[in-house]
Amino acid sequence: MANKENFVNVFIMGKGYKVPAEATIMGAMEYAGYQIKRGAGCREGFCGACATVYRLPGDYKIYTGLACTTMVEKDMWLSQLPAIPAHKSIYDINKIEPNVATIQKLYPEVFRCVACNSCTKACPQDLEVMDYIQAAKRGDIEAVMDLSFDCLCCGLCAIRCPAEIVQFNVGILAKRLYGKYLAPKSKELNIRIKEIKKNIYDKEYNDLMTANKEDLEKQYYARDMEK
Amino acid sequence: MYPDYMSKSLNKVIQTRNKRFELAKSEKPVFPPMSAKERDEVLNKFHPDYKKESRRKINIGPNKGEMLTTEVADILESHSRIKPESFDLSKPDYETDILIIGGGGGGSAAAITAIKNGAKCLISTKLRLGDANSMMSQGGMQAAITKQDPPTRHYLDVIGGGHFDNKPELVRPLTEEGPEVANWLEELGVVWDKLDDTSLQVLHGGGTSRKRMLSSRDYTGAIIMRTLMDEVRNHPNKINVLEFMPTVELILDEQGKCAGGVLYNLETEEYFTVRAKATIITTGGYGRLHIRGFDTTNHYGATGDGLVIAYRTGGKLLYMDSVQYHPTGSVFPEQIAGFLITEKIRGAGGQPINKDGELFVFPREPRDVESSAFIRECLERKNGIKTPQGRVGVWLDSPLIEMLQGEGYIKKQFPAMLRQFIRYDIDITKEPMLVFPSLHYQNGGIEINEKCESNIPGLYVAGEASGGVHGRNRLMGNSVLDYNVFGRRAGKYASTYIKSVKLSKLSLDHINRYEKELKSAGIRTDRISPVLLPSYTPEDVRKRQLTAKYEGTLR
Repeated sequence: MANKENFVNVFIMGKGYKVPAEATIMGAMEYAGYQIKRGAGCREGFCGACATVYRLPGDYKIYTGLACTTMVEKDMWLSQLPAIPAHKSIYDINKIEPNVATIQKLYPEVFRCVACNSCTKACPQDLEVMDYIQAAKRGDIEAVMDLSFDCLCCGLCAIRCPAEIVQFNVGILAKRLYGKYLAPKSKELNIRIKEIKKNIYDKEYNDLMTANKEDLEKQYYARDMEK
Repeated sequence: MYPDYMSKSLNKVIQTRNKRFELAKSEKPVFPPMSAKERDEVLNKFHPDYKKESRRKINIGPNKGEMLTTEVADILESHSRIKPESFDLSKPDYETDILIIGGGGGGSAAAITAIKNGAKCLISTKLRLGDANSMMSQGGMQAAITKQDPPTRHYLDVIGGGHFDNKPELVRPLTEEGPEVANWLEELGVVWDKLDDTSLQVLHGGGTSRKRMLSSRDYTGAIIMRTLMDEVRNHPNKINVLEFMPTVELILDEQGKCAGGVLYNLETEEYFTVRAKATIITTGGYGRLHIRGFDTTNHYGATGDGLVIAYRTGGKLLYMDSVQYHPTGSVFPEQIAGFLITEKIRGAGGQPINKDGELFVFPREPRDVESSAFIRECLERKNGIKTPQGRVGVWLDSPLIEMLQGEGYIKKQFPAMLRQFIRYDIDITKEPMLVFPSLHYQNGGIEINEKCESNIPGLYVAGEASGGVHGRNRLMGNSVLDYNVFGRRAGKYASTYIKSVKLSKLSLDHINRYEKELKSAGIRTDRISPVLLPSYTPEDVRKRQLTAKYEGTLR
C-alpha cells in the first residue's frame, strides 16, 4: 500500500484526502484520520450503521452504499449519514393480525407509495424494496418477509422515499407477523418442550452433572454421529 | 476475482471435488475425527493460546496471581476514566430498577423479561441498540428438538467441546432451555428456516454429534436481534434506551451491593450517574482488542468493557486465559480480511481444502481444534495458499454444497455470504473461499451461577461477558442460545431481587481502592480502561495531532 500509485483522491464531506485505492469508504475515513463514533458497527455488512451517500465526477447521479463494504473511487465525493430519522409504530405483537388492516393502522403512509422505485435503487443489498412495499399494500405478509429478509435497516431507502415511508420498519413488522402467525409450527418442538416440562430428562441430567471427568470423557468420545 | 497464480491450486480443488462428493454422500466420515490425544497435540502446538507470551500474570484484583490473556491483563491493570470525587452521588441523574449495560441480544432479552415482572429498565449502550456481535452471528442457534437428540446429548457435546471445564449448573439450563427459547423467539416473530413438512431445519455445527442448528438463512443473528430490538422499542415507558452512552464504572452502596453506574455520553462528553437496584452486564466480548494481533470478526465496540468495570468492584473472572479463534475468517480479498464466514457452510457440507486439493481435517471439529489444524496446515506443513498481501489461508470449498444439497441451495441458505463475495467478483457457488482463523469469541468472562449472579450482590451478567457456560471453548450456535437463555434468566432473577433489596448510600470508593492497589503493586502505566473504541488512526496522523489529548484510544 506504500506505493504512491495505489492512492486515489477522495472528498470526505468536501475535503480532499489521498487514500489507498483499495480501501473501503470506512477504511479511507480512518486512514484520513477520522475517529468514527457514529457510523461504524459490525463493519461487515450486517448492522446498517454506516449508510453513506456519494457522487462521482461527471455523473449527475447520487449513489448510496455502506461505508464498510463500498470501495473508494477516484474523486468520489462522499458523506456518511450519522443517523436516519425514522418513526417506528408501537404495537403489542400479541394483539395484531397478519393482514393488510394491520399495515394500514401501523404504517398508513405505505399507501402513499408512488412506485417510483427510488428505494430499490438506493438499497445497498440490492433488495426489491418497492416490490415489498407493494406487497405490504396488498397485505401479502409472506412476500414482504421474504423480500425484506436481508434488510440491514441502514435507512437509505427511507431517506430517498418521496412518500416518506420507513420501508425497513414495515419489513420488520412483516417478518414478526410472519414468524409468529403465518409460519407453519413445528410439532417436534412442542413435543420436546412438553417432555422437558415433565422433567423426563432429570435423571439423565443428574447422572451427567455428577459424573467425574474420566467418565464424561469416555461417554463423549464414544458418541455416535448423526450423518 | 482470484489472482492468476492461484489457478493451479484452484484446479486441484476442482479435480478432487467429485471424489470428495462421493465420500460425503456415503455413510462414512469424510475424514477421521481426532482422538483426545490428537486434539491435545494439535492444540498444544498450534493454538495461539498455548504460546508462552499469550498469557501473563495479573498482579491485582480478585484474580491476582492467575495467568490471563495478556491483552486482558493489560486492560485490567489500567486506570479509571473518572475521579470519584467529581461525582455527587446523593443526586443521581437517573433512577431505575435495573440498569442494563449493553444493548445487544442479552441486554434486550433481559429487558423484555424483566418488564414482564414489573421492573423498569434503563439500557446503557455504547453504540446504537443492537450494535453487537449478536447482530452478526450468521449460522444459527443450537436447540435439541429432534427425537434422536435429547437435551442431555446437547449437554455432552457442549461439555466435551469445552474440555470438561464448563460449569455443569450452567450447561444444564443452556441445553435444557434451548427448545423453550426457540419457541419464545418464534412467538416474538423470529422466522426460523423450516422444511416442507413444517419441521424446523436442523444442521450440524462443529463438535455436534446431532443436527440441532436452527437458522434464519445466514442472517440468524440479524433476524433475532432486530426482533428483540423491535420488542424493546415497543415498551418505551418501561425501557429507557440511552445510546452512545456506555457505562464506564459501576457504583456500589456502602455494603458493597451493586447500585448502578456512571455513564459517559460519547458525543457531548458529559458523565451521568444512574442509581439502580440491580445491574446486569451484557457488554459482550473483546475482539476489538485484536489479541495476538489477529484480525477479528467482532463489531466495533467489542472491547471487553464489562470485564473491567466488574473487576474494579471485585467481580471474579473465570477462564480469562482462553480465546476463541473462528476457523473460517476471510483472508481474501484484503478488504474483508478477518470477516466471519459462517460455520453453517461446513454444517451444510463445505470442506476445508489445502493447496493440493486435499481435505486435511474433519470439517466439524470443535472450533479450537479446527482452527489449530488450519494453522498447522498453513504454518508447519506449508500447505496453505498465500495472498498477494502476504496472508495465508486454506480453501473452504463451497461449490461442494451445491452438489450435495442441490443447485440454488447457497442462494437460499447463504444470501449474506454470496453477496459478500460477489462484490469482489467471487461467486461462491462456483469457487471456494480462502480462509484462516480470526479472533472471534471470549470464552471466559465474569463468573456467574445459574441465576446469572456474580459474586457482587446485585450484579448480574449474561452472554459473552459471562464466564463458565462454555468452559474453554464454545461450540457454534451456542452463543446465540447463551444470550437468550441467560439474558432471560438475568432479567428474571434481577427483577425478583429488586423487590426486596434496600440500597444504602452510594459510593465510588472502590475506584480509589483499585487505584491504590495499582500503585502498591508497582504498576506504572498510562493505560485507561474501559477501552470503549479501538483506534485505527494511522501513526503519521497522530504525530500531527499536536494539541490532541488522548484518553486511552479516544480523543
